[in-house]
Amino acid sequence: MLRQMEGSRAVAEAVALCRPEAICAYPISPQTHIVEALGELVKAGSLSPCEFINVESEFAAMSVAIGASAAGARAYTATASQGLLYMVEAVYNAAGLGLPIVMTVANRAIGAPINIWNDHSDAMSQRDCGWIMLFAETNQEALDLHIQAFRLGEELSLPVMVCMDGFILTHAYERLDMPTQAQVDAFLPAYEPRQVLDPSEPVSIGAMVGPEAFAEVRYLAHAKQLQALERIPALAAEFKRAFGRDSGGLVHPYRIADAGTVVVALGSVLGTIKDTVDELRADGHRIGVLGITSFRPFPLAEVRGYLERAQRVVVIEKSLAVGIGGIVSTNVRVALSGVHLHGYTVIAGLGGRAITRKSLAKLMLDAERDALDPVTFLDLDWDAVNRALQRERETRRSGPLAEALLRDIGMVGGRIA
Amino acid sequence: MSTQPIKFYQTDTFTVGNRLLAPHERSVQADPRRANALNCGHRACQGCGEALGARYAIDAAMRASGGRLIAANATGCLEVFSTPYPETSWQIPWIHSLFGNVAAVATGIAAALKVKGQGDVRVVAQGGDGGTTDIGFGCLSGMFERNDDVLYICYDNEAYMNTGVQRSSATPPAARTATTAVHGPEPGNVFGQGKNLPWIAMAHGIPYVATATVADLRDLEAKVQRAMAFRGARYVHILVPCPLGWGTAPDETIRIARLAKETGLFPVYEAEYGEITRTLKLRKPLPVEDYLRPQKRFAHLFMPEPRREVITRIQRLANRNIRRFGLYEERPWDAGALDALRSGSDA
Repeated sequence: MLRQMEGSRAVAEAVALCRPEAICAYPISPQTHIVEALGELVKAGSLSPCEFINVESEFAAMSVAIGASAAGARAYTATASQGLLYMVEAVYNAAGLGLPIVMTVANRAIGAPINIWNDHSDAMSQRDCGWIMLFAETNQEALDLHIQAFRLGEELSLPVMVCMDGFILTHAYERLDMPTQAQVDAFLPAYEPRQVLDPSEPVSIGAMVGPEAFAEVRYLAHAKQLQALERIPALAAEFKRAFGRDSGGLVHPYRIADAGTVVVALGSVLGTIKDTVDELRADGHRIGVLGITSFRPFPLAEVRGYLERAQRVVVIEKSLAVGIGGIVSTNVRVALSGVHLHGYTVIAGLGGRAITRKSLAKLMLDAERDALDPVTFLDLDWDAVNRALQRERETRRSGPLAEALLRDIGMVGGRIA
Repeated sequence: MSTQPIKFYQTDTFTVGNRLLAPHERSVQADPRRANALNCGHRACQGCGEALGARYAIDAAMRASGGRLIAANATGCLEVFSTPYPETSWQIPWIHSLFGNVAAVATGIAAALKVKGQGDVRVVAQGGDGGTTDIGFGCLSGMFERNDDVLYICYDNEAYMNTGVQRSSATPPAARTATTAVHGPEPGNVFGQGKNLPWIAMAHGIPYVATATVADLRDLEAKVQRAMAFRGARYVHILVPCPLGWGTAPDETIRIARLAKETGLFPVYEAEYGEITRTLKLRKPLPVEDYLRPQKRFAHLFMPEPRREVITRIQRLANRNIRRFGLYEERPWDAGALDALRSGSDA
């Protein structure tokens, strides 16, 4: 049914249609609306049977989800940013134990400096934690991915993280197609755990594993991710047959067949990128787009297949691997091993900095002329950066860096947009 | 025909020969059909108080739940010595996730059981003092505060033994650990720090809190059984001497635990909804020196010469416990016992 609704509300209702049995809630912006809506659905009795647990931290949220999942319940939680970092030990543990928890990450920057706005630093920090990581381009895809995530995770006995851009998606109201309970029930069978804490068939879960078997157990986690490379497109195809929509899959190519320059990105910025490409194509520029939906497992073969005939690849990413540059681009380069082309890393949109069509158009034209630095910072205020560096050279006690920079640039209201 | 009532040989304890009791009153461990939840084959040290405490506690919980029990375990000695495959010694469904999250994992298990209508299956969480009073404290307090249907058992051996005897917030004053060295004006652990976790548990107003030691295993069983009669959050704190960390002989474990109780240093009591309901009385208060002297972790209090002022400070702590918990009621035949302990200390 088509409805005008907020992204967070839509995700909450989609999760509710998946009949979760345990939901752990801890507030953190910009995820909070999701667990608020679920709490309301449980309290009102429209999501039942389900235990909604107000925990004392994100570490507890993931830990309660681990216990619930190990006892055979379909478990869900949502977090962002500092919350994701606070639960990291349990995030790795859930993957290591093979518990198919589904978690929404409403992507947000990581401090310091504290910042509540969108980028992908939080999710990218967990790229090797063993979870499947899916990135939604739109709110429709976000809600669809949650339905696929429960099915995928439970088939493979692996946890799944659905990443959606904080505020840009979570707080945006738009027209969405909300499936019916019958549709979701037909797509998502009841959870049949591979392992469960059951007094009639006792097992030990989480025993110590020494050097004699640790590598094999870790390889099996990798093998499951490789299985996911096959299951993700298969489930997206099945989803399309059942729901009539293209959602999910490994990658989303756009006008890529004849492209000399391909822009690679994840998440909601793909919309702006595609609009920009449409404009430039109207002027004769052969530019295409490759959206990556599945960041873990990383679809090496598909990425290579779409990029190997291009002359240059521009990876636009909302995270910064401090000391080297890109994270997504590093992964893309693994896919392009042995392929000769120009590769550019563009760091953009950090901490909610708007990525505009104007900036993107200039960036793409510069890329076509191979006039980009290997690592480019989109719309960086170099004057402010240089003044900060100058202050540090001049004064030993130059004071807190971020605060001095804020004082220097003054009123910022007009700069965000 | 004359009858003789059951004679309890140790006043205020459950210690009595099983043969004098009806079968349903006998100890769980006396029952040949006991669960043996923590089976033989584990790798605990000789004389491990924790292994003993865990076997009694979990078997008692198994009996109380009719064998319908799931256990979650924090990282620590108990987890490490009980799980190496293929010798895993757990005969019940058991999960280990992390060091600091066992209370939350247990909450999740309880939530799953509730939503699935398996209310007959009960949940126990267990950890050492480090996993309980330090790294797991946030999750534990959250579980208490929500009154989740979990029995949490802390096996307190007063330091991080699994990593090689480092100080925890349950380490007593003056004790030597690997991180409270015997140097300087206050050798060993400092005074005036540490957490009284049973007391903190009571402050949450949860249905049941109890302390116990492995010196009185019948009392321990009875407390676990009592805890299992409640729904909601329950906490049982068991003092379990560690021969390795305390520097005691393996065959001294039970005697040392008894001395901890009989000196008043470890008060043994029960509380319901934040109010103390029952206290195990001391038969005759013993000087703390009797407890300290056999333990190498306190050796610096006696060598090269006795540090009377430190021993007196510890005696004062015991005296305060005796007063605060009403651990001793003077009887005609040992009048003056408490006064004797007070002499030399101002409490």
